[in-house]
Amino acid sequence: MVKVSTAAEAVGVVSDGAVVMIGGFMGVGSPHRLIDELVRQNKQGLTVIANDTARPGIGVGKLIDATLVRKVIVSHIGTNPQTQRQMLAGNLDVDLVPQGTLAEKVRAGGFGLGAVVTSTGVGTVAADGKRTIELDGCTFLLEMPLKAQFALINAKRADYSGNLEYVLTARNFNPLMAMAADTVIAEVEEVVPSGCIAPDAVATPGILVDSIVING
Amino acid sequence: MDEKTLIAKRVALELKSGDLVNLGIGLPTMVANFLSPGLEVMFQSENGIIGMQTLPHGQVPFMELSDAGGQPIGAVAGAAAFDSAMSFGLIRGGHLDLTVLGGLQVDELGLLANWMVPGKMVPGMGGAMDLVSGAKRVIVAMTHTAKGAPKIVRHCTLPLTALRRVDLVVTELATIEPTGRGLVLRETAPGVSVEQVLAATEAELIVPASVPTMPIAA
Repeated sequence: MVKVSTAAEAVGVVSDGAVVMIGGFMGVGSPHRLIDELVRQNKQGLTVIANDTARPGIGVGKLIDATLVRKVIVSHIGTNPQTQRQMLAGNLDVDLVPQGTLAEKVRAGGFGLGAVVTSTGVGTVAADGKRTIELDGCTFLLEMPLKAQFALINAKRADYSGNLEYVLTARNFNPLMAMAADTVIAEVEEVVPSGCIAPDAVATPGILVDSIVING
Repeated sequence: MDEKTLIAKRVALELKSGDLVNLGIGLPTMVANFLSPGLEVMFQSENGIIGMQTLPHGQVPFMELSDAGGQPIGAVAGAAAFDSAMSFGLIRGGHLDLTVLGGLQVDELGLLANWMVPGKMVPGMGGAMDLVSGAKRVIVAMTHTAKGAPKIVRHCTLPLTALRRVDLVVTELATIEPTGRGLVLRETAPGVSVEQVLAATEAELIVPASVPTMPIAA
């Protein structure tokens, strides 16, 4: 049985300065209630790993608005002028990573791989400061795995065993992040009895999930 | 016809039945409006779906079905959804037949810069580096100049998107094919002369004996 918590309880374990993965793509498939709770509890100095910072007032953008973030590791900030403003003012570190590489870095973190070896980014500023490796005459970047203390993710529904089911483009980074963090908090629309989600439909096995928050 | 429509209509002729295609945001997205009837292509959106379509008129948007800009879309019968690793596995693994992207600069080596202007615009590369590195074909759809300044240049002064040579550049003036020998002028737009193209281009263009007029989709 997985613990079904209030948002306040679940987010309460996140410490100031924590490294937090947050699912979603431009706010679609983000754990909106958990993000609101991070803001309400004023968790400061966070390092956020996410696809993007969405827009002001939306998804991860709310954490930027509240200046709770010290560093972001993302693929895109172009839709959030507030992120750019804080970056230019020197208040926010922005580490830009190609989107496919970001997905693979998170996957590598969760799957126990030592690195990602990819041609994406070779010869560009995305390669600055990174090791390259020659294999069979081709040059690749060595991209290191990402892990986090917490993953705040969103799913369509959970069962009481913690198994998660996603829907359409709200899936995105969520199942990858569920593998790559010490503590996984999943926000879902509903929780159903164990057995109601067919084993083949489970995208994140419940064993990975520490607590569930219902945003019904 | 405005210049972006012209570009989109020319690029539309490059799509073939059976293709898996990823269209960038903005001008490239317009290409989907001009496909010839009966053409069977599947569009991928890198946020995790094959089989996206524009939201059908009158259909209520579904919050969990969006494009890479977070805007609501529809999905065709036969669509498939997946996570971001699978989505970029499709791109990086060579399963994507074609990507159409916007551009800031293309140079004589056929290299593309399309993701940042240092000191002015730092949006992040999103999926652009993966798409240019991994897609089987890369077409750049962009206006020929920006505020009068050539965008087809000798050397990109803006940060590159990848070291891979793009396959075709389509502008409102011309169709240009980057090759190992340099940039080849393949077509001029209706009513545009070779001289006009050369005058608007900083890079050296190889001009074949015959340069036909650009065909465009209906």
